[in-house]
Amino acid sequence: MRKYFDSIRRIAGNVVTVNASDVGYDELAVIDSAHGDSFAQVIRLEGQQVSLQVFAGSQGVSNNDRVRFLHRPMQAPFSEDLLGRVLDGSGRPRDGRGEVTGEMIDLGSPPVNPVKRHMPDKMVHTGIPMIDVFNSLVESQKIPIFSVAGEPYNELLARIGLQANADIIILGGMGLRHDDYLKFRQTFEDGGVLGRAILFIHTAADPVVECLLVPDLCLAVGEQFALQGKRVLVLLSDMTAFSDSLKEISIVMEQIPSNRGYPGDLYTQLAKRYEKAVDFEGAGSMTVLACVTMPGDDVTHPVPDNTGYITEGQFYLRNGRIEPFGSLSRLKQQVNGKTRGDHRAIMDACIQLYALCRESREKRDMGFEMSAWDRKLLKYGNLFEQRIMDLSVNIPLFDALDRCWSILAECFEPAETGIRRSIVEEHWPASGNGAETEPAQEEEPAVAGS
Amino acid sequence: MNARIVAVYGNLVVAETDGRVVQNSVAHCVHSNGTRLLSEVIRVRGQLADLQVFEETRGLKIGDPVELQDEMLSVVLAPGLLGQIYDGLQNPLPEVAKEAGFFLKPGLYIHGVSTTQSWEFAPKAAVGDTVEAGDTLGTVPEGIFTHRIMVPFGWQGAFKVEKIAGTGSYKVADEIAVLVDSDGNRRTATMQQNWPVKRPLDVSRRRLLPDEPMVTRVRIIDSMFPIVRGGTYCIPGPFGAGKTVLQQITARNADVDIVIIAACGERAGEIVETLRDFPELTDPRTGRSLMERTIIIANTSAMPVAAREASVYTAATLGEYYRQMGLNVLMLADSTSRWAQAMRELSGRLEEIPGEEAFPAYLESRIAAFYERAGILELRDGTKGSLTIGGTVSPAGGNFEEPVTQGTLKVVGAFHGLSRARSDARRYPAIDPLDSWSKYRGIIEPADMAKMRKVLVHGNEVQQMMTVVGEEGTSIEDFTAALKADFFDNCYLQQNAFDDVDGASPAERQQFAFAKVAEVAGLDFDFQDKAEARRKMVEVTDLFRNWNYAPTDSDEYRRLLSEIDKFIATKGRDS
Repeated sequence: MRKYFDSIRRIAGNVVTVNASDVGYDELAVIDSAHGDSFAQVIRLEGQQVSLQVFAGSQGVSNNDRVRFLHRPMQAPFSEDLLGRVLDGSGRPRDGRGEVTGEMIDLGSPPVNPVKRHMPDKMVHTGIPMIDVFNSLVESQKIPIFSVAGEPYNELLARIGLQANADIIILGGMGLRHDDYLKFRQTFEDGGVLGRAILFIHTAADPVVECLLVPDLCLAVGEQFALQGKRVLVLLSDMTAFSDSLKEISIVMEQIPSNRGYPGDLYTQLAKRYEKAVDFEGAGSMTVLACVTMPGDDVTHPVPDNTGYITEGQFYLRNGRIEPFGSLSRLKQQVNGKTRGDHRAIMDACIQLYALCRESREKRDMGFEMSAWDRKLLKYGNLFEQRIMDLSVNIPLFDALDRCWSILAECFEPAETGIRRSIVEEHWPASGNGAETEPAQEEEPAVAGS
Repeated sequence: MNARIVAVYGNLVVAETDGRVVQNSVAHCVHSNGTRLLSEVIRVRGQLADLQVFEETRGLKIGDPVELQDEMLSVVLAPGLLGQIYDGLQNPLPEVAKEAGFFLKPGLYIHGVSTTQSWEFAPKAAVGDTVEAGDTLGTVPEGIFTHRIMVPFGWQGAFKVEKIAGTGSYKVADEIAVLVDSDGNRRTATMQQNWPVKRPLDVSRRRLLPDEPMVTRVRIIDSMFPIVRGGTYCIPGPFGAGKTVLQQITARNADVDIVIIAACGERAGEIVETLRDFPELTDPRTGRSLMERTIIIANTSAMPVAAREASVYTAATLGEYYRQMGLNVLMLADSTSRWAQAMRELSGRLEEIPGEEAFPAYLESRIAAFYERAGILELRDGTKGSLTIGGTVSPAGGNFEEPVTQGTLKVVGAFHGLSRARSDARRYPAIDPLDSWSKYRGIIEPADMAKMRKVLVHGNEVQQMMTVVGEEGTSIEDFTAALKADFFDNCYLQQNAFDDVDGASPAERQQFAFAKVAEVAGLDFDFQDKAEARRKMVEVTDLFRNWNYAPTDSDEYRRLLSEIDKFIATKGRDS
């Protein structure tokens, strides 16, 4: 028996208000309109009035249309058949193949009990020294790439996706340009991972509400795979588009905006999603890597700002390089003590010296005389940028550490590095200041496994 | 079932009733699947009660029943709280996991302490004694502490002890005393009692002025910006500046009896770290597991937002309870901004007129009232107990000119401001030595510290000047001053939290090291040129750094110390 309600009272933005009874908060509804069915979600109950957020947008909905309630929250199909598929923000196929069948799972499951979380302790090797050496990525970490339009953040995301050696890769595209979607797909296909990837794609041309559902779909599906013991990597791009969709809806709902028009619960909304990253005690894990574009390169903008407080660190991608300053992996301490004895010392020393190098550069740019110390720093900075920071560098962790030592030895006396004596004695390259010990060849940006 | 739902919006539910509604009382919204969702009345308008629901409201319908009650949101106080891991509403999370598995289950509430565990009770009061609220009836050992079983704090007036349990083993709900009030009414006391979380718990003769330093083993805090037992402090800082690491170190090393960690709206991962680490770590004071002196309240960011608001009050109440036993308690709230945001979310849903950055107008008074729960008390039996509160603040964009930071700075006794510039340069802890302050007295003579502060300030001025005139335009004296400031920063203020020795510096070692550092900074060097100045200062910095890493009184420690002394004696000329 299907019960329909036909008294639509208000259509504004993507929100439709209808008079109805026996409706649960957060449940799903279908609006029958001349243009076909569209799904909607209950976002407010007030007496008889039910406010619905229409996924495909309220365009074409008339006040004579009928609404039917499904008495269940938004769900996603879950089965092995998802692998290799491309779906849209409502979970419908966008690759021209048939509907995905499987067990239906609710989106937005309750949070994981903290005591059932496993302490993250497995390093994810990416072959990128700026990540592996300086800010190691750890399984089950949630970490964004802060960037601006024009930077190769999607390429970086795809590259990590390829090299990270996860069992399942889930890509959530929000507000993606169609070209970017095709590029992702191409990269995954060329890298031979499409068979274990699932793509949920919302492009810039699609209805705004569907953008809101993309992370939920990705994370709900990912969580199920993780519960089955799989190591899942979720890639989200771009979370700023997601936040802007939130803003759009909340303004239509006449919520009081808190900061630059974003709703007061932006932090909670983002946290609910990012916190899905988990390493289950006795099952699999889900790692979340997200792109956040910073409008106007401003990290204090509400979206990157709130994100930074939620995630376990962040990578800054600027001028095609991962910036050593500001970039941070909060979980690196869990893994970088177990790699090699010199890992932490190298990590600290190289960054401290690079910071000093920047100061020297500033002095030089202002026309001040360079002391011998300044010249050492400048030399170091250049070598560090060429051989370590450049994104095309693709070498395993230990090679990267050795390379850092050789750069240090080429530029400094051991005491000047500030590294503890015992570690210096063990690792300082024997030939000391010999520039000829450093191979000058260029690295091939090969796609290497971890 | 005395009310019905008439509106649902996020975690806000409006219920209509024809009966009595008590502001801030507890209610349960009954879901059609039978789950009872805990809620709190936060506004009453005529026959309408606005409720904040401490769970996801998914599936609630118009017309669903609501059970309004008279009691306010309370926690249970009894032996067995220590070592527990609770959510914001005092549900023990390990028990929840046993029942519900990987995920939290809405509507599942479990009593805060075990009702089956037995405790060895020893009576302290005798039949015929006159007692009042807060007086000790007896004690039970709880780990290393003597847990006082007290006359419930909410009982008014004087009572005569009519019956008291003998030495023996009892469960928390067992009767341990019968008390008679002046009108002859009998009341039965057990080892557990409830206390409403939003009401400060303070049964004492008087509040004292806090003046004993609370050593955290973080040099920059203990020496420069000290905290005292019963005091308050805040740590504002942008993300990634090290707030949480600083809190974790403090929780490990602080010189107090009991630590209560309230993870309020923060990352679950960090709590997991504490959960896994603490049982393994030993308390430097007692040699027992750190967990035995710790209570963790974990209401992480993905958990319901209303419970986040309750979690800091839950933590404060548990802290106050142990303070009543004459213990020194430290409560760490990470982060108070999330608590403030929870207030803001709710205020928005209530459609209250927003204040600055959409925070409610009562934000500042709530913050002030919260920090005022800290303090050192002279209890009714003459012993002293203290509650110290330290809160982190996560200001939007790292800009301290925002309502939560400003509201907090007005009411705390110490301010440890973290700076992005310092954390970017890996100068940890990233507490800004120029901007931060403390109104308390620490372990270093204030006059000695004032001298070193001058060194820092002067060095900073020279640094700034040098960015304009360059090194060549700076005199050797000024240049040396800048190097000295840098030396002090590198060798004393900075500390490697992940090193076993350097990570925790005891008070005596700090005082000794401070004297040495001050001696070097006070030397009247006569360097030939800037290159020599830099070389010598790098040399002495290297000595001190290695010294910091050397275990106290080890061979390495003594060897480096003698090198340092030699450096001081010769002004670096002969080393």
